[in-house]
Amino acid sequence: MGTPSIPEIAEEMFQMVSESMGKKNLKAGDLTKAIRQKYPEVDRKTCKLALRELMDNGRCVYAYFGGSYIQLPHKEGAAND
Amino acid sequence: MAKRDTPMLDELLKGPYPSFVKELYKVQERKPMVQDLLGQLEDSYEERIGHWKHGGIVGVMGYGGGVIGRYSDLQEKYPAVAHFHTMRINQPAAWFYTSDALRTLADIWEKHGSGLTNMHGSTGDIVLLGCKTDDLEPCFADLTAAGFDLGGSGSCMRTPSCCLGKARCEWACYDTMKLCYEFTQEFQDELHRPAFPYKFKFKFSGCPNDCVASIARADMSLIGTWKDEIQVDQAAVADYAKGGMDIVSDVVMNCPSKCIKYNGNGIEIDDHECVHCMHCINAMPKALAPGKERGATILLGSKAPIMEGALLSSVLVPFIDLNDEDEIEDLKELIGNIWDFWDEHGRNRERVGELIQRVGMATFLDGIGLDPEPEMVSAPRDNPYIFFQDEEEEEDDE
Ligand code: SF4
Ligand code: SF4
Repeated sequence: MGTPSIPEIAEEMFQMVSESMGKKNLKAGDLTKAIRQKYPEVDRKTCKLALRELMDNGRCVYAYFGGSYIQLPHKEGAAND
Repeated sequence: MAKRDTPMLDELLKGPYPSFVKELYKVQERKPMVQDLLGQLEDSYEERIGHWKHGGIVGVMGYGGGVIGRYSDLQEKYPAVAHFHTMRINQPAAWFYTSDALRTLADIWEKHGSGLTNMHGSTGDIVLLGCKTDDLEPCFADLTAAGFDLGGSGSCMRTPSCCLGKARCEWACYDTMKLCYEFTQEFQDELHRPAFPYKFKFKFSGCPNDCVASIARADMSLIGTWKDEIQVDQAAVADYAKGGMDIVSDVVMNCPSKCIKYNGNGIEIDDHECVHCMHCINAMPKALAPGKERGATILLGSKAPIMEGALLSSVLVPFIDLNDEDEIEDLKELIGNIWDFWDEHGRNRERVGELIQRVGMATFLDGIGLDPEPEMVSAPRDNPYIFFQDEEEEEDDE
């Protein structure tokens, strides 16, 4: 298993966020920890760049529920029309 | 739309002090959003219950902070405040504006939002209150075109704030505005993309008067100080005495470390015992001034109470020359190490001061690669858990 590229890390993070939607809220730190556990050679900075990619292309969004989490874009329950 | 009947809010106009209600009444003439805000507020006062729902995913593209989502749970009754988001705007260092910048801000907010502002919020930011979701991006675009940016909110570095330092204050031991601006630029990613266990605040005070109250409110406080002796102008001391100041009772007796003497001819300070409380300097500003060898003390860990009780910062770096670029670079590296340790070991919503309390200062210092110093012991002689093991280290070296 070689060192993953930034887009590959972003994809893995995206999968984690997708699978956890509605079950568990994940923070940026949770995603970084999970990636670094799987690929110890990947540093925090690379994880940060992967997260930035997910945010900048709109595949994920930040959400605030007492702390900041990462989610897929959706219409939130609290939002009024 | 007819103006709402708000008898309880009317009561708030009767006191001797300025009232936010008066300002809301003025704005409601041109902003239906403010009419509904007043109606909802009146309901809240009557029912003693808040009607806002907070948080969610609302924000601007790519940013994780700067917009605090707020929705009304009475949207049928008050549709104009169905969305009433807050935008936090990064304030200029030490809150200096040109009148032109203020007019620009006001025009943008009049166009896109409620027109209501809070200058400034407790975070230091310019706070724009009441924006609909669809207006956030156009408002943000106009703000950035005018040179403004969003500030921080959520689990990120919050907008750094500073005292006015060398711009107007002779006590400033370093250039607070310069460093505040530099940190804001350097840590843009940490400001806009929340990746921490919880919030992290920097506050820069130019001297121990600590006008931005960093010691009680910032996770990292950078407080100006000096290493050498307090500068004394004995002729000016004599002028204070001639002018009627009781130097013994007003200055000498109030020195917390009892290290000033006054003999009628002049004052004498035992600078080794001085704890830099600033009292004597504040009392006799024309006669005394901080020393010439100036820099700052870096403290870590304060917070206002949310999860647990309030914490004050404690010393991390006893003295740093913040006029020296190399030392500033070393500090940035240390900050990176602190954030890495906190990311790795911090619990969700645990401030860095709480983490230190939980794991202990010794483990924390080990984790961030900083050697312990006597100044880090907040209660010397009371603490039996700090040991100096010079002899053992020498043996290990062999
Ligand atoms: S903290 Fe000190 S340097 Fe800054 S404005 Fe206050 S008195 Fe002046
Ligand atoms: S700064 Fe405070 S501790 Fe130092 S000499 Fe003046 S009053 Fe005393």
